[in-house]
Parts: sequence; structure tokens; C-alpha cells
Amino acid sequence: MANGSGRPLSPHLQVYKLPRTALLSITHRITGVGLAVGTLLLTWWLVAAATSPAAYERAQHFIGSFFGLLLMFGWSLALYYHLCNGIRHLVWDAGKSFELSEAERGNQIVIGAAAVLTVLTWIIGLAVW
Amino acid sequence: MVEFNLPANSKVGVGKTINAATGAKRAKTFKIYRWSPDDGQNPRVDTYVVDLDKFGPMILDAIIYIKNNIDSTLTFRRSCREGICGSCAMNIDGTNTLACLKAIEEVKGDVKIYPLPHMPVVKDLVPDLKHIYAQLASIKPWLQSQSPAPSRERLQSPEDRAKLDGLYECILCFCCSTSCPSYWWNGDRYLGPSILLQAYRWIVDSRDEMTGERLDNLEDPFRLYRCHTIMNCTKACPKGLNPAKAIAEIKKLMVQRR
Repeated sequence: MANGSGRPLSPHLQVYKLPRTALLSITHRITGVGLAVGTLLLTWWLVAAATSPAAYERAQHFIGSFFGLLLMFGWSLALYYHLCNGIRHLVWDAGKSFELSEAERGNQIVIGAAAVLTVLTWIIGLAVW
Repeated sequence: MVEFNLPANSKVGVGKTINAATGAKRAKTFKIYRWSPDDGQNPRVDTYVVDLDKFGPMILDAIIYIKNNIDSTLTFRRSCREGICGSCAMNIDGTNTLACLKAIEEVKGDVKIYPLPHMPVVKDLVPDLKHIYAQLASIKPWLQSQSPAPSRERLQSPEDRAKLDGLYECILCFCCSTSCPSYWWNGDRYLGPSILLQAYRWIVDSRDEMTGERLDNLEDPFRLYRCHTIMNCTKACPKGLNPAKAIAEIKKLMVQRR
């Protein structure tokens, strides 16, 4: 908080042990930003497909490269995490699941669901590739 | 504004070490944030090694011992020593709580004690609460009515009274507000969990007749809606209350009255 008193500001992030709900909360925001950036990749792919076979080939080649696949993996994980945690926010908006034990169970469900959905997607994706 | 780093005048240095536990069977190290307005220096962390057999089991017992026997300049607020006054709220072992309710044995390793986070420091462990008190005043934390005063008390059914459980117990220690990253970054305009819990306490009171005005006052992108359900507040509350849920209830009422 701004104060013109010459008083120091007490430490915050530097000393606070963030509970798991807080870590998941900041992860929600980070994945949201990541998804926005990831959408650029999707846009590029679509634009390339509409431009020419050569441009599409280049996009396909990049996305199919190791680095491209790494980006896609991160993007899919971010998508599923953000989706699952978004659903959890709907539950919270309904005024439910606010006890600490329920919140911790929610943490586990969101992390577990995001991991399972991501792995499933990649198993299916790599199988049909 | 989000500002991850501390300002230059707030960076914390290393202070002195006093070992007052020679020959102690149970020695414990306390690392305590110090800042004096008088010497023009930056804050520092002083280290006190003390003998746990010399005082009671709580963190508050330890810092009172340090003040009385080792370093009388150590400054902190305390009063009731039983979790009802809210004075000794501070950041202990990385979490906001009341020093009087926190047992020393709950802390593994060195005990690190800081003032309530992201607050202007008056001295040592004493934060300046002026702004948060002004925010409390802004929600008018008292019963408001328009109907003429009855000849006796304003009655309340047991069911309506029960709605205040989990709210009236708040002692305004501000452990929750100062644990909230949203309050850290936007505390100038966001009211924070403690004040919003207080607001809800009056909104749900069946005897209060200004519910609409109270909700109008909170209908604001910052005052209410900076809450992102981070849940640090509920996790920190030394009274076991649930400010996050109280805020969610206010948000629900905002939707319901549309």
C-alpha cells in the first residue's frame, strides 16, 4: 500500500507460505495468459492452411517438431487445467465448497482431472497421428 | 498495483544475534523483524536464541520473554493473550495468525516472525492499521434502521440469529486481509476479506434495514470483486471463520437482486 509516511512496507510474497489454493489460483491466471499466447499458434496454423500448401506444410512441420510438440503439450495441459479450475470457480460462485477440507479436495480433483485429460488427449492424439 | 519486490527503504537486512540460551536443554531460535523509525535504517531481522524452559508454550510467551529479559526495545501489540482481542496478529512461520494462539512447538526449525504482510510498519511488529480501520468505517458496521425504534429490543428469530454465526466472532485482527494477495496489490480500493465479512455480517442481520444501500456500496469492480477466491483468508483466520464464503454470499446476493 502506498504511504507517504516514510514507513517501510512489511514483507509479503517474500515471507508468506502460500497455501495450495493460492498456488492453484496463480496457476489459473498463468495458464490463462498461456492460452492467449497459444491461440496465436492456432491462428498461425489456420492462416497457413488458408494461404498455401507450402505455408501449411511449414506450420505442420514446426508443430510436429520436438519444440512444437512441447508447446502443444503445454498448451493442452494449460487448456485442461484452466477448464477444470474454471468449472471449480462456477461451483464457488454458487457458494459451495468453501470449507478448507472441500477446497483441498477441489485442489486434488482439478490437478488430477487436468493431468488425466491431458494424458488421454495425447494418447489418442499420438495413436491417430 | 502488483509490485512483487519491496521498495528500497523496506528491504530487510540481517541484524544482531543474541544468544540467551547458554546451557539450555531446549534452545529455540527466534528470527524477528525489526524496524525503528528513529535510526534512519532499513528493517532487519534480529536473532534471539532462548531457553524454552523459561516461559510458556505460546509464541506470545516467547516474545514477551524476549522483551522483558533480553531486548526491551522489541515492540509488538498484545493484550488479552487468549485470542479474543486480536492485538497480537502477526506473520509467524509464513502464515498470519495470533501469537497467543500459536504454539511454539507447531513451528519446525527457527521461528520467523514478521509484521502482518504488505502493511506500513510503525515499529517492529506493529503495522499501521489506519487505512483498514477507515475501510471498516466505510461499510458502516452498525445496525441501521428506518422504522421507528420499538419500545423494547428489536427481536430476531433463532433462525435469523443463526445466520450471524461464523460472522459475529470476528475480532478484527486482520490476519485474513493481510494474507490476501488481492489485498496486497489493490488494498487501496479493495476492501479485503475482513471488511467484507463485516459487511456481510450486517447485510444478513434481519434487524438491519439498509441491505440495499449496503449492497449498493459494495457494487464496485474493486471494493468487492477483487476477490478471486484465493482462500488465503480462510486458511489464515485464527478464529476458524470463513471470509471467502462470506464474500461469495455477497456476490450471490448481487446476482439475486438483479
